[in-house]
Amino acid sequence: MAGTFSLRIVSPEGDLLKENVEFVVFPGAMGELGILPNHAPLIAGLDIGVIRYTLNGSVKQAAIAGGFVEVVDNSAIVLADTAELGGQIDVKRAMEAKERALKRLSARTNEIDVRRAELALRRAAARISAYGDKK
Amino acid sequence: MAGVRDIRRRIRSVRNMQQITKAMKMVSAAKLRKAQQKLSAARPYANQLQGVLERLAQAPGDTVHPLLVKRPVQKVVYVLITSDRGLCGGYNANLIRKTATLIAETPQDVKLVTVGRKGRDFFRRGKIEFLAEFVALGDEPSYSQAKEIAQEVVRIYEQGEADEVYLMYTEFVSAINSRPTQIKLLPIEKPEGKQSKQYIFEPSPDEILASLLPKYVETQVYRSILEGKASEQGARMSAMSSATDNAKDMIDRLSLAMNRARQAAITKEISEIVGGAAALD
Repeated sequence: MAGTFSLRIVSPEGDLLKENVEFVVFPGAMGELGILPNHAPLIAGLDIGVIRYTLNGSVKQAAIAGGFVEVVDNSAIVLADTAELGGQIDVKRAMEAKERALKRLSARTNEIDVRRAELALRRAAARISAYGDKK
Repeated sequence: MAGVRDIRRRIRSVRNMQQITKAMKMVSAAKLRKAQQKLSAARPYANQLQGVLERLAQAPGDTVHPLLVKRPVQKVVYVLITSDRGLCGGYNANLIRKTATLIAETPQDVKLVTVGRKGRDFFRRGKIEFLAEFVALGDEPSYSQAKEIAQEVVRIYEQGEADEVYLMYTEFVSAINSRPTQIKLLPIEKPEGKQSKQYIFEPSPDEILASLLPKYVETQVYRSILEGKASEQGARMSAMSSATDNAKDMIDRLSLAMNRARQAAITKEISEIVGGAAALD
């Protein structure tokens, strides 16, 4: 391996993850961002989506609901609004949330509701796709 | 002197109260521990967010954002964070007193946003206008509750209903010590820091700032609510602890009085019998 760098995910409710990883893909606000060791200093906004990171050769995932990442001195710190590691996700709840959001979207009442339902749908979709770690 | 039976009844009622205060003390000790854990769990995020804000402030170009702009101050809003429940010593009273003094000293137009029942109930009697009130946050306030409050405050600020917003909360120092505190929430002071590294920003610094600043406000509100919760439980714990001690003193005093009264009754009875027997002889 070409070396590792530290990946840390923090949310307002607590620390989530601290690992030395080989490669990370972030759901950047302007498209996916791949980070390798010794990356130049970077501050980026993150969208709702899935963080994929390679730990000891296997790919793991975490769902995040937006936030920021700062990459500096060979460490990436993610400031997530909320985040869940792949193994911790309650996929049944995520499925239910998705159903609820879809139902609300098909009802189409007013502007704010639609926006909120869309966001809820995307968060649920991110959680579902991050569920379970790929080997 | 009160009869033995009356005193015994009082001892029983004081003992019942003591049991309640003892239980409350233990409950708040457990809740205090939880609140402290939440407080320390929130710290890394808050520190890192502050760091990113500092880095952004040094980004080349003039970063302007409504939440950073200082306006001439005509309207001031205080966000007062108190508890929903009482029986926590001077916790609410201290903060409310500080806020009331501050309001009296503020020459500008003052309005309030209250979090927690106690602060709301106190100031509702006055003539200060409320812009919003939040109650029943529970013992473990969540980030989303803080977010809701922060969004309301930002909305108030952006609509020009306030030119400055202050947070009034109780800073947690230790289980037996806390401090009423005031911090400026809005406009956000642009942090000073030394220029260190050349960062890549994606998207632009302005756009990151626009999504970061509301979050900064949210974390400030969240942290002060958590500080308040921890202080509240700490204050309640020591209040209940001294109530339990006082109850013990009182029971001791009443027991002594009861024993004396009983002794006196027995002595009286004996002397009556003796007196009665002597009369027969």
